[in-house]
Amino acid sequence: MDELMSDVMEPVMGEEGCLPGCMTGKGCLIYVVVVAVVAVLATKLPVVLPEISIPAEPILTLPVVGFAVTNTLLATWLTMLLLIVGSILVTRNLNMVPGGLQNLVEWGLGVLLGLAESVAGERGRKFFPLVATIFIFLLVSNWMGILPGFASVGLIHEAHGGGHQVQQVSALGVNINLLQAEEAGEHGTGYTVFSFLRSAATDLNTPLALALVSVFMTQVVGVQAQGLRYFSKFISFKDVLGLIVGPLEAVSELGKIISFTFRLFGNIFAGEVLLAVLAFIIPYLVSVPFMGLELFVGLMQAFVFAMLTLVFMSMATMGHGSEGEEH
Amino acid sequence: MAAGDLIEFGKLLGAGLAMGLGAIGPGIGIGLLGAGAMQAIGRNPEATAQIQINMMLGIVFAEAVAIYALVAALIIKFV
Repeated sequence: MDELMSDVMEPVMGEEGCLPGCMTGKGCLIYVVVVAVVAVLATKLPVVLPEISIPAEPILTLPVVGFAVTNTLLATWLTMLLLIVGSILVTRNLNMVPGGLQNLVEWGLGVLLGLAESVAGERGRKFFPLVATIFIFLLVSNWMGILPGFASVGLIHEAHGGGHQVQQVSALGVNINLLQAEEAGEHGTGYTVFSFLRSAATDLNTPLALALVSVFMTQVVGVQAQGLRYFSKFISFKDVLGLIVGPLEAVSELGKIISFTFRLFGNIFAGEVLLAVLAFIIPYLVSVPFMGLELFVGLMQAFVFAMLTLVFMSMATMGHGSEGEEH
Repeated sequence: MAAGDLIEFGKLLGAGLAMGLGAIGPGIGIGLLGAGAMQAIGRNPEATAQIQINMMLGIVFAEAVAIYALVAALIIKFV
């Protein structure tokens, strides 16, 4: 075994021993054992193909109002709780010379502010609160959706067509239902899971709300900077070109709303479906690199949403005829 | 073939075609963006960071179109 290992590791290790970035013999063995254990687990505890539904599922219904609280709403509230508690903790004892957590947050905000000012110039400071809020909220929300427990643990619900069988397991006096891999036939009742938490951007409402806020605030900022002359972009009687381009600009604003919404929704929802289906195809293993992809995609989508908002706001305050600011 | 089978066939075919054909354009677009960025970095290595940021922005836009196709495919298949 040792000779085999050294034969394999020889070109990688070099004379001094293990070069940085290579795996030692013991590390390789641990890796093989982990893969074997996971493969055995995959046959003993199979993963069930989830029911993919675009609308969010209601988890509980408030009694008086009759309002159905969905799992994405719960995830949004959790994100808000995290951000609010985090902010309170960081700003509790502010020092002029920051240390620790306050230093970290100030560095992060400094990077964001630098980016905003490099894109939008001095006006970047004015746009910064909304843009940074969108970025931080989407970042935390997207990254929280990758945590285990999201889109997997929830209420057992009878499925309309198809669905899976259910096995009751008693642990610590609590009855837990496990979804089995066998599908229910025509005579059995099939069950499916309404998960307690689901990433906020996978519900079409959240991206739509953020897109509406973003585009509306762009118009507001444009009016603040240019007064009512801002609307001459849409309705202009000066020349024929303005008459034709006006409605095109209006339609392109609507197009911005739709593209904001579907870019964010499509990326995050498709990522969630990808993770679920991959976990079904090759359990426990293949999901891991795709979780890395989801981390990157979540970051990029938050960044792009915020950056596009910033760019559109900056363009709205500039008006016609002025060139973009140089860095 | 029963009517339900035909609908199922249509759904599967539609989902496959939507995603497959919808990924051609963005694929080419992202490739062009990458090529342009590589050339720019080759000419001016000091501006690498700026070029990378703008390339990433352009790639996300191109990928958004592919994501629209993916959403259409998912809606066809599962709704």
